[in-house]
Amino acid sequence: MKPAPFEYHAPTDLGEAVRLLAALGEHGRLLAGGQSLMPMLNLRLARPEAIVDLNRITALAYHRLDDETLVIGALCRQREIERDKEVLARCAAIADAIPLIGHIGIRNRGTVVGSLAHADPSAEWPVLAVLLDATLEVEGVAGRRSIAAQDFFKGLFATDLRPGELVVEARFPLPPAGAGSAFIEVARRHGDFALGAAAAVVELAADGSVAAARLALGGFDSVPVRATPDPAAAAADVHPVDDVHAPAGYRRKLAETLARRALHLAEQRARKAGR
Amino acid sequence: MKEVDVRLTVNGRECTARCEPRTTLADFLRGHLGLTGTHLGCEHGVCGACTVLLDGATARSCLMLAVQGQGHEVTTIEGLGTPENPHPLMRAFSEMHGLQCGFCTPGFILSAHEYLRENPRPDRQAMRKDLSGNICRCTGYVKIFAAVERAAELMAEPEAARS
Amino acid sequence: MTWVGQRVARKEDLPLVTGTGTYVPDFNLPGTLEVAFVRSPLAHARILSIDTAEALSAEGVVAIYTGPDIRDQVHALVLDQEAAPPGLETAAPEIYPATIEILADAEVRHVGQAVAAVVADSRYHAEDAAELVRIDYDELRAALDPEQARLPGAPIVFDNVPNNVQARYRIRVGDADAALDGAEHRLAMKIRSQRVMAAPMETRGVLASTVGEETTVWSSTQIPWAVRNSIAGAIGVPQRQIRVKIPHMGGGFGQKVNVYPEEVLVTYISRALHRPVRWVEDRVENMIASGHARDQLHNVEAAFDGEGHITAIRDRFVLDSGVACPYPLSSAYNVASHFRSMYRIANFSIDAECVLTHKMFNLPYRGAGRPEAAFVMDRVINAVAQELSLDPAEVIMRNLIADEEQPYRMGMPYRDGHEVVYDASGFPAAFERLLELIGYAEHRRTQTQLRAQGIHRGIGLGTYVEGTGVGPFESGQVHVDAQGHVVVYSGCAPHGQGLDTTMSQVVADAFGITPEEVVFRAGDTALLPYGVGTFASRSVVTAGAAIIESSNRLLKRIKAIAGEMLEMAPEDLEVGAGRVRVRGVPSRGVSFKEVYRAASPGPGARLPEGMDPGTAERFYWVPPTVTWGFGVVGAVVDVDPETGVVDVRKVVMLHDCGRVINPLIVEGQIEGGLVQGIGATLYEHVIYDESGQPRATTFLDYLLPTSAEVPEIIQEHLVGTPSDRNPLGVKGVGESGPISPPAAIANAVIDALSPLKIQLNELPLSPATVAAAIWRAGG
Repeated sequence: MKPAPFEYHAPTDLGEAVRLLAALGEHGRLLAGGQSLMPMLNLRLARPEAIVDLNRITALAYHRLDDETLVIGALCRQREIERDKEVLARCAAIADAIPLIGHIGIRNRGTVVGSLAHADPSAEWPVLAVLLDATLEVEGVAGRRSIAAQDFFKGLFATDLRPGELVVEARFPLPPAGAGSAFIEVARRHGDFALGAAAAVVELAADGSVAAARLALGGFDSVPVRATPDPAAAAADVHPVDDVHAPAGYRRKLAETLARRALHLAEQRARKAGR
Repeated sequence: MKEVDVRLTVNGRECTARCEPRTTLADFLRGHLGLTGTHLGCEHGVCGACTVLLDGATARSCLMLAVQGQGHEVTTIEGLGTPENPHPLMRAFSEMHGLQCGFCTPGFILSAHEYLRENPRPDRQAMRKDLSGNICRCTGYVKIFAAVERAAELMAEPEAARS
Repeated sequence: MTWVGQRVARKEDLPLVTGTGTYVPDFNLPGTLEVAFVRSPLAHARILSIDTAEALSAEGVVAIYTGPDIRDQVHALVLDQEAAPPGLETAAPEIYPATIEILADAEVRHVGQAVAAVVADSRYHAEDAAELVRIDYDELRAALDPEQARLPGAPIVFDNVPNNVQARYRIRVGDADAALDGAEHRLAMKIRSQRVMAAPMETRGVLASTVGEETTVWSSTQIPWAVRNSIAGAIGVPQRQIRVKIPHMGGGFGQKVNVYPEEVLVTYISRALHRPVRWVEDRVENMIASGHARDQLHNVEAAFDGEGHITAIRDRFVLDSGVACPYPLSSAYNVASHFRSMYRIANFSIDAECVLTHKMFNLPYRGAGRPEAAFVMDRVINAVAQELSLDPAEVIMRNLIADEEQPYRMGMPYRDGHEVVYDASGFPAAFERLLELIGYAEHRRTQTQLRAQGIHRGIGLGTYVEGTGVGPFESGQVHVDAQGHVVVYSGCAPHGQGLDTTMSQVVADAFGITPEEVVFRAGDTALLPYGVGTFASRSVVTAGAAIIESSNRLLKRIKAIAGEMLEMAPEDLEVGAGRVRVRGVPSRGVSFKEVYRAASPGPGARLPEGMDPGTAERFYWVPPTVTWGFGVVGAVVDVDPETGVVDVRKVVMLHDCGRVINPLIVEGQIEGGLVQGIGATLYEHVIYDESGQPRATTFLDYLLPTSAEVPEIIQEHLVGTPSDRNPLGVKGVGESGPISPPAAIANAVIDALSPLKIQLNELPLSPATVAAAIWRAGG
């Protein structure tokens, strides 16, 4: 299982990367963490003529908390978020989700932005992006544009990125202080892609009733779905199909169960925060 | 296919060789540098047998290109200890029978090394999750946990007490 | 100080923990060429044409071989290695030879079958060129369902196997038909053990290097002599020109018990090109072109009385063999001989068929029919309990063979032709101890309350017996060498089970030295003319017996020689610390080195009258029959009834493996086996789709248990019964672990949800499967 031959480029700044991508068009693939692309190269499921390796563009290796927004550069490794206690404290859904992503060796190299750009509907970051209304900052020869998460994911492994574009940054508005959030999933084994995942944010009003609730579901459709924050309605918002791991009927029920549990846990955490 | 020069620091030494850019770091270490302790169990990043340390953090070398290693420090199992001077993890794995066929063992030892660096007092429940990136088909993991716990004891001993 | 019985750390470990071992992929013979195979993308097709012209001109390519290229020089492997032995006539076995082609010639018969071999200067270049080989296929109908494949009109896999039934047998003990007809209660169940695979962490691999007429073949194989013999036969050379030697091996579990096409072909190519040639299997290849396993569908009926005594079992099953069943009596017949386990069931009828289909062939995998049999038997016991509203533990107890009934005769032969007579006892006591250790009574007391709190916890039980140490024989040689070292040659083929250490412990005790001082070599056809290998939980029994017999003969020899040197009677001599000494006068003695010199041929030899020179003794041990281990297993699980997720919290296992040479190694075997059992119960599944395409081709689809899936494991070795069927009193233990988990865990899930009375008769117990069972039951 060895990759097919390719030309290799390792630009050192973003401008160079953009120019390369523009010149290569469909023939170039971006390589960041490599945890998704390299298996495909090794299996010869992907055979790009050229690889553009972003890892030398160290200017993209950052993340920071700007007021209420978690800003993540394209080369920020997942493990760096996992280690940021402040981020984890600010958003329980992120704290819940990261340890479920593969394994430590994968999170050491894998990037948050890479996971978003790969757009596997069973992956955790796309669900978080849709839950938190993230925006993706995209760079191309035509300049920069921002894409809302819900517009970014188009289908199975498909995004709104045009040839020659790359995601340089992801911006996650964090839930307001006092809100509760949660991320839960059912996977066959620890670290596997989810059979189904649900993430929720719940804000309480002064009188303790639910003022606002958000829900995102992953692994049920070809994209992560922002669902109605009500278990039965949420299940109707997704249209799972049969696959190797589970029949559609199972996933439909799972959607309702996980939606209920995620909303409940988020609400419990909001109550705890309120006290 | 055109070859490129690859210059890596491996186990503290600078190594140079020529290879095609598509050559994985694992194949470069094994084939070009003769460091065959890093094993290939799946070549798609699941089994962890190819685990090395990249600047001290575990990485699956089957999911990296050799050229990507330039400018970084790679540590393989051979860099952690030798038959003449085995690392305490190596001694602990043997003492506690944390290996049977040995194929997954180098990768496991490097993952355990990273785990113990961050958790010098290991917790078995946490270990189950933190070591789940390496697959073993022989041991059922129970004695691997015991080996990691034993290694922590050995590594906590003062230098002079270790024989 | 005796070494046998001690928790000795293994001699094997230093190269393995330091990464300085040599597995097949690690060899560095200058000039080694690497092979990549072109494999069939179709389940069944005629090959119309193969064009290798473009591939041959690709960078780094040295040669390409196709079926027509080698047709006259390399023969297919025709396997009739499990012809029924004498004594098996009552089973009325009908076995047709299986065929394994080296390279497909006219037809491909499963996805993954090798069609062409590309030889190049690197695996990278070989794979590039493999993509350039153009093959024209005419797709044919494929037989994919074994129940259908045996019916007239189904596509035929091999012409010499009528109706695709490669093997069948039947066993009749008592009269199950009559017992069922007259039974107070009856039940019928359909129970499936899914297709799985061994998935050792090291895939297969073979390296062949030819100098002059002789080729050395390093292969990751559990049966070196069979590989040597088959390669020589297939390429038409005398056996003496082929040497097979096992290097370090990364596991086998039965998948490497077979002579594979690649071993034959790589040897042939090395001899043709006079270069070292290597093929390292990648993981996708291992998933589709190394032996699959299990895949049995049982239709079972049971007769029982109102107390839960089972009076009859009638079972019919089909084993999906894929394109060939190389060992039709192993997995399939082991089902019959292990089915009734520790239970007293007087009437037993079983009919088995190994049916060919257009899938990868089916090999015995750790347990080899025993897990499949145990799953059926212990699901039946559980169903009987459910039907009568009795506790499953009670039903088990009522059916257990009592000590007074031992040695129990099962009324049928083992696959070696000898009658099954248990040489193990203490079943009820072991079972009581299991219930105690697992907290069964406490569980019953608290279960309802836990359920009210939303915790659905269950305990499930299983029992097994294990015939170990099967023949036909094993070889051993022990000698003293010029350095005075004690050197052991063995016909076993260790691949992780620590046989160097355990056998050295035995030899160390015999010669009064330390295990570290024993030199142990195994799995090399140049060292012994005959040998078998390591599989079927046999090596400690068979290799151990050959080694202790050789040792005893060698001790006699060297004492006789030393007696000659010391002018003492051999009975007055003893061994210790590498010397032969006068008992009571340890200062008077000779070293092993001196004995070696004295025994060397020539005028200076000092040998007793009539004794030939040398300090070596060899022995081939033929077992009288298998020796029976047994065990009892309990699993504690929590089930999430909404998602079907099963959390195995604890597994308790008590087992009798006879005399224990190294408890550390036995523990490791049990733990590893149990976790493989958990894998087969909850996660692993080799799936083929409707067009015969394998759907589990990577570790992303074929799910192996990780450390996060391991429960608390408690094991206890029963003092039990040392075997009297071999000189060491040992029993095999390699396959004990995976036998009972499927039954124990399935029964535990059912217990966790006992008000619903669900049925779980199909593996794996994925969340979707468990959830479906819950919904079917109205939960």
